[in-house]
Amino acid sequence: MDKGSFEVKVGLAEMLKGGVIMDVTTSEQAKIAEEAGAVAVMALERIPADIRAHGGIARMSNPKVIKEIQNIVSIPVMAKCRIGHFAEAQILEALKVDFIDESEVLTPADEENHIWKYDFKVPFVCGCLDLGEALRRIGEGAALIRTKGEAGSGNIVEAVRHMRRVQSEIKKLSIMSNDELMAEAKRLGAPFEIVQKVSKTGKLPVPNFAAGGVATPADASLMMQLGAESVFVGSGIFKSDDPAPRARAIVLATTYYDNPLKLSEISAGLKDAMKGLDIAEIPEKERLANRGW
Amino acid sequence: MIIGILGLQGAYWKHRKILDLLKVNSEIVKYSGQIDFCNGLIIPGGESTTMLKLIDESGMREKLKQFPGPIFGTCAGAILLSEESEDHKVKTLGRIPVKIERNAYGRQVESFTQKVVLSFDKNPFPGVFIRAPKISCYKKGIEILGKLNGEAVIVKYKNNLLTTFHPELTEDTRIHEYFLNNLF
Repeated sequence: MDKGSFEVKVGLAEMLKGGVIMDVTTSEQAKIAEEAGAVAVMALERIPADIRAHGGIARMSNPKVIKEIQNIVSIPVMAKCRIGHFAEAQILEALKVDFIDESEVLTPADEENHIWKYDFKVPFVCGCLDLGEALRRIGEGAALIRTKGEAGSGNIVEAVRHMRRVQSEIKKLSIMSNDELMAEAKRLGAPFEIVQKVSKTGKLPVPNFAAGGVATPADASLMMQLGAESVFVGSGIFKSDDPAPRARAIVLATTYYDNPLKLSEISAGLKDAMKGLDIAEIPEKERLANRGW
Repeated sequence: MIIGILGLQGAYWKHRKILDLLKVNSEIVKYSGQIDFCNGLIIPGGESTTMLKLIDESGMREKLKQFPGPIFGTCAGAILLSEESEDHKVKTLGRIPVKIERNAYGRQVESFTQKVVLSFDKNPFPGVFIRAPKISCYKKGIEILGKLNGEAVIVKYKNNLLTTFHPELTEDTRIHEYFLNNLF
């Protein structure tokens, strides 16, 4: 019996496709998420919008919060650790969370190194701004990639930028000839073998999800049409005026992302989405997407 | 012949990839009306609670229950086909008289790969078990086609096929071939 192989890690990511992963901070919210049809929940002490407002150092959630949420839902439970903080990751693994998000939403613990994810049986998801960053994380053993977007902003613009950049860099790789790949690997700062693989297959070797700024059913549809295979929703649900109907609407929008008529029905009647921030209002040094490399 | 692959959520593209390898036409099914045009169906792995929610939202439940053709369910798909889940909030479709326990091996860290011995082929099958369910109880008429440590992990009942593991995550097409050759 082989546990914790890369194959079973990516296997879970495959099962989450076409779904919505929702940030929750309490067991009541977790229940609402599960009942709305979430494929997984991310157990947090504070959602990104509150982390941003609260300031200070953002760390791994209290294990008590995570356990309470694990006890109330039957869907997978994810949790975040700080970039490079492998001790937090070890604790999350001991708690048997189903996925660890090595996340820029928390304050990084190491400004040079990310976690060597092959040391763990539990799969990891990591954020990226571009293809090079995605492939570096996959090189370290990430089983799932997501865009960073700008968490807690309620603004989709950064997630769109990151997804478009990754997709266009993949397209570029797929038409390159063998003799161009080494120079491209150097430019991307990415492991050569994985660059070769992406060039050959025309896609990432692990699933590619969207995160950071999804607030409406239309946002979910936009990201799916741009090539995301699932959607993470952080502050967008529980910072809105109507969490339960909005959660359900975003689940439906992720399934029927290519049907505008259906999307119009799904979106009708929702109350106000979270207020959100213009990215220009967020000072450069407070932008979460700049964390990690 | 067209095989419909339920595409509400989960690893449906992986099943399509296998059917493509076998040169079988398939269609991703997201609307209840599409079911009428399918000769057989596959219900993929994913989250059973999510899929059931979407099945009810899209008005597919009765159609799936009454579907006259063969249905193949993997993992979450197997839970959906079962008569009853140990977890009562999961209201299954009841096409196969088995009782099934969700996440029976534990959380993701307990997910594993192991060879499954098949009754219809002398070579074992590479079983990928992701937060897999277990058949906890079955009634007469169930044909066991493969076991893992003495427990049934692939069974047939009338024209329904169920695996608690994920043949679609491998490159091995034998179980899909069995479905196509023996259940139609």
